Amino acid sequence: MSEASPAKAYSLHLGVIALLFVLSFLLPEYYHGLLARIMVLAVFAMGYNMLFGYVGLLSLGHAMFFAAGLYGAGLAVIQLGWGVPLAFLGGIACGAVLALLIGLLALRTTGVAFMIVTMMFAQVFYLLILYFATWTGGDQGMVVPQPARVLSFGATSLELTNPTVRYMTALGLFSIVLLVTSAIVRSRYGRVLVAIRENEERTKMLGYDTFSNKLAAVVISGTICAASGAAYALLFGYIGSSFASVQYSILPLLWVLLGGAATTLGPLIGTLFMYYVIDITSGYTSAYLLIVGIALILLVLFFPKGILGSIRQRWLGWLP
Amino acid sequence: MMPLLTTKGLSRNFGGLRAVDNVDFALMPGEIRAVIGPNGAGKTTFVSLVSGRIEPSSGMIVFDGTDITGQPAYVRVREGIAYTFQITSVFANLTAYDNVALPVQRTLSDGRSKGAVRAGVMAALERTGLADRAHMPAGQLSYGHQRLLEVAMGLALRPRLLILDEPTQGLADSEIDNFITLVREIAKDATVLLIEHNMPVVMQLADRITVFNAGKILAEGTPEAIRENSAVQEAYLGTAP
Repeated sequence: MSEASPAKAYSLHLGVIALLFVLSFLLPEYYHGLLARIMVLAVFAMGYNMLFGYVGLLSLGHAMFFAAGLYGAGLAVIQLGWGVPLAFLGGIACGAVLALLIGLLALRTTGVAFMIVTMMFAQVFYLLILYFATWTGGDQGMVVPQPARVLSFGATSLELTNPTVRYMTALGLFSIVLLVTSAIVRSRYGRVLVAIRENEERTKMLGYDTFSNKLAAVVISGTICAASGAAYALLFGYIGSSFASVQYSILPLLWVLLGGAATTLGPLIGTLFMYYVIDITSGYTSAYLLIVGIALILLVLFFPKGILGSIRQRWLGWLP
Repeated sequence: MMPLLTTKGLSRNFGGLRAVDNVDFALMPGEIRAVIGPNGAGKTTFVSLVSGRIEPSSGMIVFDGTDITGQPAYVRVREGIAYTFQITSVFANLTAYDNVALPVQRTLSDGRSKGAVRAGVMAALERTGLADRAHMPAGQLSYGHQRLLEVAMGLALRPRLLILDEPTQGLADSEIDNFITLVREIAKDATVLLIEHNMPVVMQLADRITVFNAGKILAEGTPEAIRENSAVQEAYLGTAP
């Protein structure tokens, strides 16, 4: 799998990035804004996929990494008056450090215990945000003020509130993360991660320290999710505790399952699909979640490996 | 000459059962040693202790002059102890190539050039006769080929001590002949510890044989000496001749 057709995979990724670039000039205003948001959240899903898809570790606590980036970047701007680039890096650093700590503790467990432990830590993180309401704004959340959301390069400055700037920034982040994750999963390290997913005991007996490899994967995954959260705070200007709630731990799981776990583009497809189904059905009925539920059941029945996972299995074996 | 592997007073209890009971064992470098014994004699437990898959209840394991008793399994693999599983446990969803690439890429010191991985993988696959099946998923290989793939993975670790746990189980007779040639080939640059039920294979391959019974070493010696040993015959056949 990792040696097969790298050229095809790279062309596909570059093609998708080019398509998203062109769409920026074609889409009507509403969908333009929605797609920018979807790209940022697809980064969240890609971070989740790194751990769930490739290492086979199902976490129910990834909202904490997203929220660490969100609050890390948002509070750095609001409370400390940092500039956008520094705040973005600060948010990512928060997520990386948190992921390292959580990984050291949670990786002592596997399977169901790992799900519960990660969920509990995320719950602690959520409650801490509510507890320290003086700084975090509690359940009201906080708005990142518009004047602060500016990228300055000498004389020129780019306002992140401008739709095109926002879209292109989101696309930039999405492209970098897509290319980096696909490079990781094609690398020797990626091969080790898949081996751990398939049979951890056997991987140990080939001389691999599986704990360190898994810990590195948790940190990479948490860092990517934090990058998504930090970008979300800076691009859309709102930080709120709901982003740390259990719902935001389950959403990336759903997006990845829908699009196809352990596929590089599955997270984007899953996020896109979910958003559009909600968007379209909520236009017709207030019971749109019912339709979303039925869509999910149908997908699980007919595409058990997700959209791209099933396409790869049935038709396109080379799909990355 | 100093032994490559020694165990002193090695024991492992499972509840009240002493699966391995106070075993003193020494293995010289370059040897092909067969470990035989009735079912439940503690052979697999013994090699699991040596490879680090399970921890001993008491006793000591020394490999190449170093006490490795407390080392985790993956460190022992890096020191040169490779274990091939009794129950085939290749990565079924990965190709044969990727299965072998995992051990190869870890042993490469430069860790960069793609060509080195490919060369190492193909060398191990060719030695086991699997080169033309490199891109098949391991789960779709025949049982015999999966056993060979398991050996190829062990070989790719470039072990100093290769532990083969019932490698010929489920192989056809023609495959067994090739297998004997392969083990002789391997033994040119590695020490081999072989658990085996197939007596003709043991008699052809082993320099020395260690017989386990009820967690203890019952006898040890050359194939001829073991064949003549009345205690061994009793353990195997239940009667004195």
